[in-house]
Amino acid sequence: MKTILRALALTAALLAAPALTPAAHAAGEAKHPEKQAWSFQGPFGQYDQAAVRRGFVVYKQICSSCHGLKMLSYRNLGEAGGPFQAVAPKNWQLRGEEPVLGAPGHGKELVNAIDNPWVKAIAANYEVTEVDPNTGEDVTRPARPSDKFIYPYPNEGIGRAANGGAYPPDLSVIVKARHGGADYVYAFLTGFKDEPPKGVEVVEGKNYNPYFRGGWVAMANQLGIAEEAGVITYEDGTQATKQQMAKDVVTFLQWAADPKMAQRKSLGMQVMIYLLVLTALLYAAYKQVWRGQKH
Amino acid sequence: MSGPSTYDPKTGIEKWLDARLPIIRLAHDSFVSYPTPRNLNYFWTFGAILTFCLVTQIVTGIVLAMHYVPSIDHAFASVQRIERDVPYGWLIQNIHAVGASMFFLAVYIHMFRGLYYGSYKAPREVLWILGCVIYLLMVGTAFLGYTLPWGQMSFWGATVITNILGAVPVVGEPIKQWLMGGFSIDNPTLNRFFSLHYLLPFVIFGVTILHVWALHVSGQNNPAGVDVKSADDTVPFTPYATVKDLFALAVFLLMFAVFVFYMPDALGHADNYIPGNPLVTPPEIVPEWYLLPFYAILRAITFNIGPIDSKLGGVIAMFGAIAVLFVLPWLDTSKVRSMRYRPWAQRFFLVFVVACFALGWCGGQNPAKAVYQAGDYSQVVTYKAADGTEATRTFAAHTPEELAIAVRAWEQDNPGAEGKAAAVVEPFKFTVETFSQLLTAYYFAFFLIILPVLGLRETPRRVPDTIAKAVLDGSKAAAE
Ligand code: HEC
Ligand code: HEM
Repeated sequence: MKTILRALALTAALLAAPALTPAAHAAGEAKHPEKQAWSFQGPFGQYDQAAVRRGFVVYKQICSSCHGLKMLSYRNLGEAGGPFQAVAPKNWQLRGEEPVLGAPGHGKELVNAIDNPWVKAIAANYEVTEVDPNTGEDVTRPARPSDKFIYPYPNEGIGRAANGGAYPPDLSVIVKARHGGADYVYAFLTGFKDEPPKGVEVVEGKNYNPYFRGGWVAMANQLGIAEEAGVITYEDGTQATKQQMAKDVVTFLQWAADPKMAQRKSLGMQVMIYLLVLTALLYAAYKQVWRGQKH
Repeated sequence: MSGPSTYDPKTGIEKWLDARLPIIRLAHDSFVSYPTPRNLNYFWTFGAILTFCLVTQIVTGIVLAMHYVPSIDHAFASVQRIERDVPYGWLIQNIHAVGASMFFLAVYIHMFRGLYYGSYKAPREVLWILGCVIYLLMVGTAFLGYTLPWGQMSFWGATVITNILGAVPVVGEPIKQWLMGGFSIDNPTLNRFFSLHYLLPFVIFGVTILHVWALHVSGQNNPAGVDVKSADDTVPFTPYATVKDLFALAVFLLMFAVFVFYMPDALGHADNYIPGNPLVTPPEIVPEWYLLPFYAILRAITFNIGPIDSKLGGVIAMFGAIAVLFVLPWLDTSKVRSMRYRPWAQRFFLVFVVACFALGWCGGQNPAKAVYQAGDYSQVVTYKAADGTEATRTFAAHTPEELAIAVRAWEQDNPGAEGKAAAVVEPFKFTVETFSQLLTAYYFAFFLIILPVLGLRETPRRVPDTIAKAVLDGSKAAAE
């Protein structure tokens, strides 16, 4: 039985290695994305919140004209683990105190996202169209933290017409929806080439990107263009290079796809410790119970 | 097997209840005094682990169903809402999705255990068949559940599988329409899939009770495969089996938790985070890992067999792969239960397990992909050289796409050459398709040829007379 188990473990390992790598690159001839160092990777990794905030600026100024974030509301930005989560002493409104960005602790509590001044200011930049129940007319009002992120197009047809027939995908879970995750999206955003390699057939109206399946994509080299035009000036003084903007916007999109990561990892650590202790105790109990029994 | 009941009601209320509904007696006889062979190894802890998995799926599933919206326009968003806005919804959703994989991992170990130690042989045939029924129901439940989030794999997986059923002659088409609730996968399909996904786990629960009942009639098999003959051969379930099961469950939970908390998406397919879209076919349609071996068998039949076309042939092979398990007790002719004493069966079994893993790998690959390719694709181009004479040039590349690019690149560099390309010469390729066919053949041969013949021809090693003796022999061997 021992030899059988050893042989099986070896086969499993040999087969699992290729089986777990997605079949995608076998079928498509897309280039494999390079691994990047991310703040959120590993069992202890957390979001670099400054990067998430910069990434939000990139999304807002560049991507949001074409891509929506359907699954998110403005309030999410100020919730626990969000980039604009803020803390203040208890009853800060009555005591006339100001919240500061950061995580709860040291006598400071999380500010309700609905009252969060950063979130309120961000939401107020947008307009929501509603039907006035009294007149039946469309009316607009400034967005509130509880509103969903405003979608760039009223419907898919308009979205397609604006992008040469291609519909820009919603970005709420884009990082989870691609093999390679954050590494892929980063490689995609920084991988555009002015010229395809020699011999590759040109597709009119599309741009060449070796990381994209099929090589030709309807999106332009947005970050390259933005870098040249100096579209983004970061408030914290970070240089807005193409690579920096890509890193930041991908960190933001990772947060958007997985906003509960911090809770998940911290509860996970507690559960793992609990289970390890439980396992050790049960092993001791097992040894104790079976002592003296031949088996 | 369980013998006369040793339950002794002590308090008045226990006596009162025992005379009316002896449910405590049943529990006592089944899980406390129940005699278990003393030589059971850790493979016998998976029954308890499976019970835990079933209860976990049902509990988390019921909570999910409170928030999930079975509508093609809202299902995807409702799962996202569960993960983002429902308190601890992310935890419950992760446990349910990862739990399905853990359930199958456990059930496969449980089944291979049964195969190796001959647990399907008399007097445990009904017990084994009930297990096969549970497995079949699990496959159905998991397939239905996978459609619920209504991602691209949900939608296209449902499309492929319902089409497969449509291949069955006469009844196939009506069954397909009845399942889909119309002529295509649409809102009615999702509604009935949700309803059935909620129902089947409770059917599994019922069959599990029968399975445990049958177990308690015939008693547990054991690694030596010999019957229990005296009280020396057994220990009472509690505390001996209980504590061992709990320890094994804790180890299992450690692995379960690593997936739930640190890689909740590792076992799923990225495309299922793209909302289902009937107008866009994904580049590859694959089921979840635990169904890949059967998917490989389905796709291995690429040829017609007499009046049976390849599509129907695939369906027959796939269902046959499970059906053959039902009749296994009558296929294996060996008198010896445990393969521990069957040197040849052991070897064939090992190859069988490897073949199952390999089938799983094949199921995830493009069938045309080369497992092994001897050399490059090549193409000869005849062109007019600068001096007007005819010249030839040979191009070679690993894939046809790369070859076409190489030829085109050369043409762009040599505009006046007027090249004429001969046909592409393909290298010899051993494809995933051929590999799956070989593996499928072995899968069936193992059950239909090897086990029946081997039982008659093989000379088994000496089987110990009793379990107690097997244990003593074992510890002596370990001491030497
Ligand atoms: C002018 C419109 C426009 C802007 C601005 C834009 N995109 Fe796109 N994007 C598109 C279109 C159109 C597609 C679909 C391309 C296709 O399918 O060929 C797309 C596709 C994508 C994809 C999916 C690629 C894939 O693998 O399918 C990602 C990721 C993406 N965009 C990210 C971004 C990010 C991040 C930004 C901001 C830095 C951005 N886009 C800005 C139009 C835009
Ligand atoms: C045999 C036990 C079960 C198995 C193997 C199973 C399997 C699955 C699978 C594979 C999914 C898809 C998960 C995903 O990709 O996100 C799913 C989803 C779902 N299941 Fe189950 N399930 C079982 C029991 C139940 C029960 C008992 C219920 C309810 C009573 C239930 C309710 C749901 C719901 C509502 C979803 C959709 C939400 C989601 O995708 O997370 N399941 N199930």
